[in-house]
Amino acid sequence: MFVKNFLAGLALCAAIAAPVAAQKKPAAKAPAKKAASTIPAPLLAQGSSVYKQYCLTCHLADGLGVDGMNPPLAKTDYVLGDKTRLTKVLLNGLQGVDINGEQYRGVMPAQATLTDAQIAAVLTYVRNSFGNKASAVSAAEVKAVRAGK
Amino acid sequence: MNNNLTRPLLLATALAGSFSLYSLTQKATLAPDPNNAGLKLPAGFGALVVAETGGHARHLAVTPQGTIYVKLNSPKNGKGILALHPGANGKAAAVTTGFGSYGGTGIYAKDNYLYASSDEEVFRYKLDAKGEVTNPAQPEKIVTGLINRRQHESKSIVLDNAGNLYVNIGAYSNSCQVKDRERGSLGRQNCPVLDSAGGIWQFRADKANQNYGTGTRYATGLRNVVGLDWNQQNNQLFVMQHGRDQLHDNFPALYDDKQSAELPAECMYALNKGANAGWPYLYYDGQKKQKMLPPEYGGDGKKLADPKYLDPVAAYPAHTAPDGLLFYTGTMFPERYRNGAFIAFHGSWNRAPEPQKGYYVVFQPFKNGKPSGEWEVFADNFAGTAAKAAAGRADHKPCGLAQGPDGSLYVSDDKAGTIYRIMYTKK
Ligand code: HEC
Repeated sequence: MFVKNFLAGLALCAAIAAPVAAQKKPAAKAPAKKAASTIPAPLLAQGSSVYKQYCLTCHLADGLGVDGMNPPLAKTDYVLGDKTRLTKVLLNGLQGVDINGEQYRGVMPAQATLTDAQIAAVLTYVRNSFGNKASAVSAAEVKAVRAGK
Repeated sequence: MNNNLTRPLLLATALAGSFSLYSLTQKATLAPDPNNAGLKLPAGFGALVVAETGGHARHLAVTPQGTIYVKLNSPKNGKGILALHPGANGKAAAVTTGFGSYGGTGIYAKDNYLYASSDEEVFRYKLDAKGEVTNPAQPEKIVTGLINRRQHESKSIVLDNAGNLYVNIGAYSNSCQVKDRERGSLGRQNCPVLDSAGGIWQFRADKANQNYGTGTRYATGLRNVVGLDWNQQNNQLFVMQHGRDQLHDNFPALYDDKQSAELPAECMYALNKGANAGWPYLYYDGQKKQKMLPPEYGGDGKKLADPKYLDPVAAYPAHTAPDGLLFYTGTMFPERYRNGAFIAFHGSWNRAPEPQKGYYVVFQPFKNGKPSGEWEVFADNFAGTAAKAAAGRADHKPCGLAQGPDGSLYVSDDKAGTIYRIMYTKK
């Protein structure tokens, strides 16, 4: 398990490097570079490893989910929107809610057994993968939501 | 695809080369598409696209006169049932005629009635001598008030020859855990889901407003059935069960990813009244060919389940989602297909990170009303490419099956909404 996760992390580092590099292409170099550099690669690698272990089974490797069953994590209101609401999806689970106007039959099980750091990492990873670009979620933010949930 | 002018032209040119003048005139009427609608089929078979409905086409029914009724999962332009009228070339020009403002899965035609289900109710419509529905806006409501908690909500239907209607009511749960699909959560004793779901209910086909109180619990312990059909040889109900998900997610210490992807088979059951297939107290391990105790109920991948539960009559690869079942009774296909079963596998999602599987129509040979011999993939490549299948990003997902009056096999696709017709063309 340990070796597997480590390898997964390495693979993921490589996978993440690609989109970041692609985004450097446009002339507006300064902001793009800044956004990319605010999220440290090891954090994304940790997030991707959590994703593989706990999320991929339903939302799939490309983050596009399963038609009518499990929603995509690409450019959804939940993923890109309010961080407290997003964190609560993981802490409490979700069922019977339409995502971006589509109905999903699956169940999102609560992931409350993950640590604050794991939740922060996976949410940061999701918010910066599958074509998403948004600010990081910190362990302190997750801790605050957990305390107040 | 939607260019009506070029297609017949292409067809004619393609055919002129390889067929006699006689078959060329035939081609002007009914012929497979030059690419067999993108499908891979056994030698001697061909396929054409009847229509691109653009809806989530679930089950379908064909009347003796050749009208095709397609049930959509959600209404398109306010129509939950499409009525297709193919021309002499097998192609339906219009895909907009229809009725029924509700989405759903089940549709079945028998004895001058068309039956269709929403996720809570079953309706029936009268068919006239031309196979057309006479009361599209005022169907009789045959069954009402069935439970729908989104998960495993589709109510597929079939009739027997004695005026009974069978309705699947799927379990709104994966393995009856205290917390559905949550890691480590244990299974509930005397699983309460089974009170109103997780089985097949029997109703009268001609009586209005039946519900749980007036129906009969025909079979229990079935997690979720989408494909079902009445076997005319045995006079018996056969169903395809979707096996359980997430062995690894729920109990990672007991099952690895690969075991989770491969072990819990999709099963075919031959049911009699009172049958109990054992969900949630077992899953069927397709490799060991044994009924296993699930981890939610103390299993460890080795402990067997209570042997009292019904054995499947056949098992298929895990998670591949058998959504359509049809016993072939036509004479168009060669003799070996007669009374055998076609099964539409919608395709998997819960095999990740292993490659996904399915997206094909299988043929299961039968002898004397029992599966006999290995199943085989009959129609393949609904996904488009092997890579799309492996990623779970199939172009088409086969769902419903129906037999046409001439013995053609119709397949519906609930991804892109394509309606296929498969024919035996070798003379
Ligand atoms: C058992 C399958 C399953 C697992 C495992 C799972 N999810 Fe979900 N997830 C769902 C379903 C189903 C929904 C939608 C529920 C609804 O529509 O009410 C959902 C919704 C979401 C949403 C909000 C809707 C959206 O698409 O933006 C987010 C964010 C999310 N999941 C992230 C995750 C993350 C991160 C993990 C891993 C830590 C994870 N999920 C694990 C099934 C799952």
